[in-house]
Amino acid sequence: MAKLSDFRVRVEDALANEEVRGNFRKAMDGLMSRRLDQFPDEAELERLRTQAMAIRSNSLDNLPDLLEKLETNLTKNGIQVHWAETVEEANQHVLAIMNKHNAKSMIKGKSMVSEEMGLNHFMEELGIECLESDLGEFIIQLDGEMPSHIIMPAIHKNKRQIAKLFQEKFPDIPYTEDVDELTQTARKILREKFFNAPVGLSGVNFAVAETGTLCLVENEGNGRMSTTVPPVHIAVTGIEKVVEKLSDVPPLMSILTRSATAQPITTYVNMISSPRKEGEMDGPKEVHLVLLDNGRSNIYSDPELLATLRCIRCGACINHCPVYVRVGGHSYGTVYPGPIGTVLEPQKDGLKAHGELAQASSLCGACGEVCPVRIPLPSLINRLRYEGVRQDQSSTKDSGSRRKTAEALTWKGWSFAAQHPLIYNTGASAAASFRKLMPSKMGAWTRVRTAPPIAAKTLHQQLKAKGIDNE
Amino acid sequence: MTTLLQPDSVYFYGTCLIDSVYPNAGVSAVELLQRAGIRVIYPQAQTCCGQPAWNSGYRDEAREVARKQIALFPKDIPIVVPSGSCGGMMKHHYPELFKGEPDEAMALQVAGRIYEFTEFLVDVLEIKLAGKGVKTDVAIHTSCSARREMGVADKIEQLVGQLENITVHEQHHKKECCGFGGTFAIKEPEISASMVTDKADAIRETGASVMITQDCGCMMNISGAFEYENQHHALRMPQSKHIAEFLLERSEVLCTKYDINVPETSDTTEDATHG
Ligand code: SF4
Repeated sequence: MAKLSDFRVRVEDALANEEVRGNFRKAMDGLMSRRLDQFPDEAELERLRTQAMAIRSNSLDNLPDLLEKLETNLTKNGIQVHWAETVEEANQHVLAIMNKHNAKSMIKGKSMVSEEMGLNHFMEELGIECLESDLGEFIIQLDGEMPSHIIMPAIHKNKRQIAKLFQEKFPDIPYTEDVDELTQTARKILREKFFNAPVGLSGVNFAVAETGTLCLVENEGNGRMSTTVPPVHIAVTGIEKVVEKLSDVPPLMSILTRSATAQPITTYVNMISSPRKEGEMDGPKEVHLVLLDNGRSNIYSDPELLATLRCIRCGACINHCPVYVRVGGHSYGTVYPGPIGTVLEPQKDGLKAHGELAQASSLCGACGEVCPVRIPLPSLINRLRYEGVRQDQSSTKDSGSRRKTAEALTWKGWSFAAQHPLIYNTGASAAASFRKLMPSKMGAWTRVRTAPPIAAKTLHQQLKAKGIDNE
Repeated sequence: MTTLLQPDSVYFYGTCLIDSVYPNAGVSAVELLQRAGIRVIYPQAQTCCGQPAWNSGYRDEAREVARKQIALFPKDIPIVVPSGSCGGMMKHHYPELFKGEPDEAMALQVAGRIYEFTEFLVDVLEIKLAGKGVKTDVAIHTSCSARREMGVADKIEQLVGQLENITVHEQHHKKECCGFGGTFAIKEPEISASMVTDKADAIRETGASVMITQDCGCMMNISGAFEYENQHHALRMPQSKHIAEFLLERSEVLCTKYDINVPETSDTTEDATHG
């Protein structure tokens, strides 16, 4: 028996953990039904999805121009732009800004791109403290964990687990499972930090080229604090987040928040268009934007896979995924989990590292059905399977690297038989090939199911006997 | 959308899984079509639509097999497929698979004539059925490909809904995948097992004595779980039926849109059909 891959090991562990599985099921069921309530009119939803897709497609069609325009307008507004091809470069940009201000700590709003950069780890190695201020991020940081969801990073924990964590980390504060009280505790700790932090860091939901505006949606006000209280604000985002016009923002934002957390609008909507101006009382004195590529240009070069970059990170595909709900976010072993992670990660970090994720999908289509920008996620997953085993070179990182001789031979054999009915009909049939594809693995099938019954007479034989016409 | 002239004959594409594991589903579908007055042609050279290889990334291997299949349907008549999954492959993925190939036009032509079995009965034939037999509680499992790729989830419901002695119970998480996914069940056996166990539980909990589906992949998966749980944990085991088998056993064809006649019920009046 071959050794299980790391992914498979994590999956087995996750499946065996009933408490965490229960946490996910409960949370995802709630998210799915609340989202549905936000879109009572199906035709209207479909119209909005088409509109959102068109806006994002337009952004991508004109990406080079829009990025140039964005830089020009941001610069005009006094926001300093830094380009980073790799995560190392992005971290170096942030570090240089920190060093310039002699800053030894930062307070962070939620940012998945900073996770992609491994920013906290990078800074902490250098003795710079990064404190997460989003409640979910704050919780997992306390526990030394990675986000398990792109919108709700601590969704794998229930309130009892959080209460215990707080008790362990803040022994002076009385134990409580009351969510409001737990939130108050975090709030008190964080308030202090906001006022003392020399730098605030945040992500970006949309960067508007036309006006040079950075939009950020959030619910806790920590995003607003991170971007306005400290004297320096650094925003980090991927190059694909640009949109052309300010008028592109409302429709995208509306479908984003409804798809993500089933809210018609978030509690806070931040539109950041410049540092503090002459005579203004508040706001950061400096604003920076780090624009990260990290493989995105490469994804951009493929006309089909390019659709990956339309993503507005709503997490709806994750919430609706029957695989994610069972294995949870950590099993993926990537920054982005669920269907979007399955599509993005193997392209970003290569098929060698994460190509296996493409297998972990039943291609049920639930993700593609809800994606607000109509990314054909199942088709892209299928495409990545092809990229994994294709024999010619392509632009996808590590294309062909997952091809295994034995498996390729099985498919060649299958193909030959299925092209020759005479051979096929004498035993190389579906069930037979199905079994052949799992040499020693019939065991896995039969661990929870009985083996497929093979019929005594095939349909071919029975219909022939009945005299059904052949042509 | 192509308007069909009265379809007095159709091709039947049985699918490889029905061929070797559930031939009765195929035989039933053919008989039902015949009872609706349709002549059925079954090209004996058919094998597999190519989907297993397509979904595994082996596109060249899939295309070679698909190429043999598209040559089997020369007449411009509907091709009926008793599976949302294989139907979806032929209707939606053949165009992609043959893009830029010399036989692309033929592939598109075939794709345009594909009908999933329940879709054909409901949308093309507008079949009217009357139920027969004892009162029965059923649950319907629609495959993900029938639901999302083919968009025909309502057809199976519509057909079963015509049978007055049948009560349909809805399982929780009805739209969630059963965890088959072709080679997914083999490549990710643990995840698949968890999915099918949940699905089998949900259906069992409805109290239904029969599960009806239109995809034999799902059926092999879910019924395998029913049987296993029955053998090992003595849990109740609903029967599993392909929609064609179920309709053949439990209904009479009253008429179709074309009023092509229907052998035994030739004297059925219009009124009776809407009763
Ligand atoms: S792929 Fe679509 S559904 Fe998933 S996070 Fe991105 S925008 Fe949302």
